[in-house]
Amino acid sequence: MYDFKYHRPGTVRQAANLLVKNEDAKVIAGGHTLIPVMKQRLASPPHLVDLSHIDGLNTIEMKGRALVIGATARHAEVATSAIVGEAIPALANLAGQIGDPAVRHKGTIGGSLANNDPTADYPAAVLALGATIVTNKRRLKAEEYFQGLFTTALEADEIITKVMFPLPKKAAYIKFRNQASRYALVGVFVARRPSDVRVAVTGAGSEGVFRVTAFEEALKKRFAAKALDGIEVPADGLNSDIHGSAEYRAHLIGVLTRRALDAANAKE
Amino acid sequence: MAKISLIVNGNPVTANVDPRTLLVQFLRENLRLTGTHVGCDTSQCGACVVHLDGKAVKSCTTLAVMADGHEVKTIEGLAADGAPLHPMQEAFREHHGLQCGFCTPGMIMTAIDIVHRKGNELDDHTIREELEGNLCRCTGYQNIVTSISAGAKAMAKSDLA
Repeated sequence: MYDFKYHRPGTVRQAANLLVKNEDAKVIAGGHTLIPVMKQRLASPPHLVDLSHIDGLNTIEMKGRALVIGATARHAEVATSAIVGEAIPALANLAGQIGDPAVRHKGTIGGSLANNDPTADYPAAVLALGATIVTNKRRLKAEEYFQGLFTTALEADEIITKVMFPLPKKAAYIKFRNQASRYALVGVFVARRPSDVRVAVTGAGSEGVFRVTAFEEALKKRFAAKALDGIEVPADGLNSDIHGSAEYRAHLIGVLTRRALDAANAKE
Repeated sequence: MAKISLIVNGNPVTANVDPRTLLVQFLRENLRLTGTHVGCDTSQCGACVVHLDGKAVKSCTTLAVMADGHEVKTIEGLAADGAPLHPMQEAFREHHGLQCGFCTPGMIMTAIDIVHRKGNELDDHTIREELEGNLCRCTGYQNIVTSISAGAKAMAKSDLA
């Protein structure tokens, strides 16, 4: 790992100022993506701005009809939160499947979303639930936030402060793990929202998380696996590697979506 | 260099460290607490697990500066020198929960964390699920699972947390 200067701001404003002042500075919270990448020397930021000691940035609460999760809430906190378990159990379930217990004690929701790893779990939930990413500057809708492989709408001095999730009527997340890395080879989050249905897929797309609109249209009429009969997911634009071909991933999207629908419908 | 102050195994420690020092490096090389091991160095194998503010974390993926102001417990902090072993250590000894022993400190620190979160009565399925982040290449896990199950029960009757 290359040398860097470490900063520990006490507020988001101080953190943002540090980002403005120090070009190429990186934000760190749990460090479970950034530290491995720095160890491999794939990243060598000259400054690290640690958000993990900013008070109140990890709060989980209901605000009106939305579930609001602070950016530095750890995966373990989301997984075991009674508030999340009550409001969107599928989201608590997703958080409890990330990495392993020790990883969940450190990794944060804000970090996962800012990194936008194409195999990360949270992006699927954020896109399917139609969440809003709140930063120190503005509010971003999920559809405009994710912009491709490790790419987001975030500007260099922009910091995620919280994520607001509108409550779905029904939701579930199912992932098929890569047996070695345990990352999602394919993960599907389905959400029946008051006005529509969304199906978001992680792990499979070469441009990161995406929605399967053909499934969504069919499910809007009937929210059940049966509604997907005869609809194929095209393999175009899906990842193909030693772990699975694009065709295999396309097949998995169909299988996992059906399983997610069954799981969402079983929770009544 | 950055000045850090933290509590390690109950003792206050102050040191000047290069910010890129990993917590595991700091423990092993500065404090000579070599019970915490580096296995994969990629946050997968769990040989480096310590407790940070009472929770199991991978010290190979934590910067020492991030532990400034916090409390760290390592395998050396479970029982005092010469005193009886911690019940989870004793269970691993009794049930032969190790062969080469390299993964054992991480296994035991993780096992105690499981007990803190899931209680003293653990079924085998729970233990195996919870051990997802700890790899052992010798035992096939059978005796590790047996050890954790027994150690969890023994912890209920012990003063050592």
